[in-house]
Amino acid sequence: MFKQKKQRESKEINAGSMADIAFLLLIFFLVTTTINAEKGIRVKLPPFVPEPVSEDINDRNVLSIKINKLNQVLVEGKSSNVMALREMTKEFIMNPDNRQDMPSQPTSAIVSIQNDRATSYEVYIQAYNEIKGAYNELWDEMAREKYGHEYETLPKDMKQKIQDQIPLVISEAEPTEY
Amino acid sequence: MSKFKRKKKKDEVRISTASLPDIVFMLLFFFMVVTVIRQKEIMVKIHLPQATEVTKLEDPRKTDHIYIGPPRNTRQQNAAAVIQINDKFVKKERVAASIAKDKGETVALQVDKGVTMGVVTDVKLEMRKAERLKVHYIAHQENRE
Repeated sequence: MFKQKKQRESKEINAGSMADIAFLLLIFFLVTTTINAEKGIRVKLPPFVPEPVSEDINDRNVLSIKINKLNQVLVEGKSSNVMALREMTKEFIMNPDNRQDMPSQPTSAIVSIQNDRATSYEVYIQAYNEIKGAYNELWDEMAREKYGHEYETLPKDMKQKIQDQIPLVISEAEPTEY
Repeated sequence: MSKFKRKKKKDEVRISTASLPDIVFMLLFFFMVVTVIRQKEIMVKIHLPQATEVTKLEDPRKTDHIYIGPPRNTRQQNAAAVIQINDKFVKKERVAASIAKDKGETVALQVDKGVTMGVVTDVKLEMRKAERLKVHYIAHQENRE
């Protein structure tokens, strides 16, 4: 009789400290946690080829952007500034006035960016951001026109269709060195 | 009669704490899931640039981080930029070797905005050699308008 009772008692585990243990773990994760997800500009680099082949591309299809060591911007041979790049890129890609020095269709447009080794990273990122922003705005405009929704909310295959019509082509030339 | 009433009041005051562990566990699991443990000490000074066209990292756990900036432990002004990969300093020429594994995964580039493009270009070339082609230029979200 007595023995049986003892066994039954020992099966019980005191769960009173469970909350304390959980709190301890909770506080640990609270301290080590970093919820703020890092954000950045997504870029796909071209694969490495030992000797780059130079392709012959019609000059009207290339928007050449150059940034020198003093962080001055040159667009198609004319001096400009970083903040004007977005509008210029958009106009260049779509070519609304059918100009002869701009691509006949968006699929053949290429944005070429060349910087100096002494260009500051901040200006380079600003320029890249504006070009990317130009494409994003064009995609968004097309998405609204075709599907009536924002580009970001579209499913993948529709995004792909838009990207096929306005492909993102940013070419980065070897930096100059002065 | 008054005796009974008093007893009832006392009973109502007690709150059961039996569900407290459950609540705490729920919070705990939430934080365990969203957590990204900060295991790297950043040894370079970085002031990130600002950009508008930023997207979140797809999988922060799987990305490698490359930090480029002037070293933290120097008083020298305009110290040359150094490269830190994950948790140690790496020479320019060794970048490809130290990130060659995990092909295809994203590389997050955290670069100080004062750094010149020469270093960044060299690192980019190394990444192309190592076939790490997905790059995120980490930047602060900038809100215009």
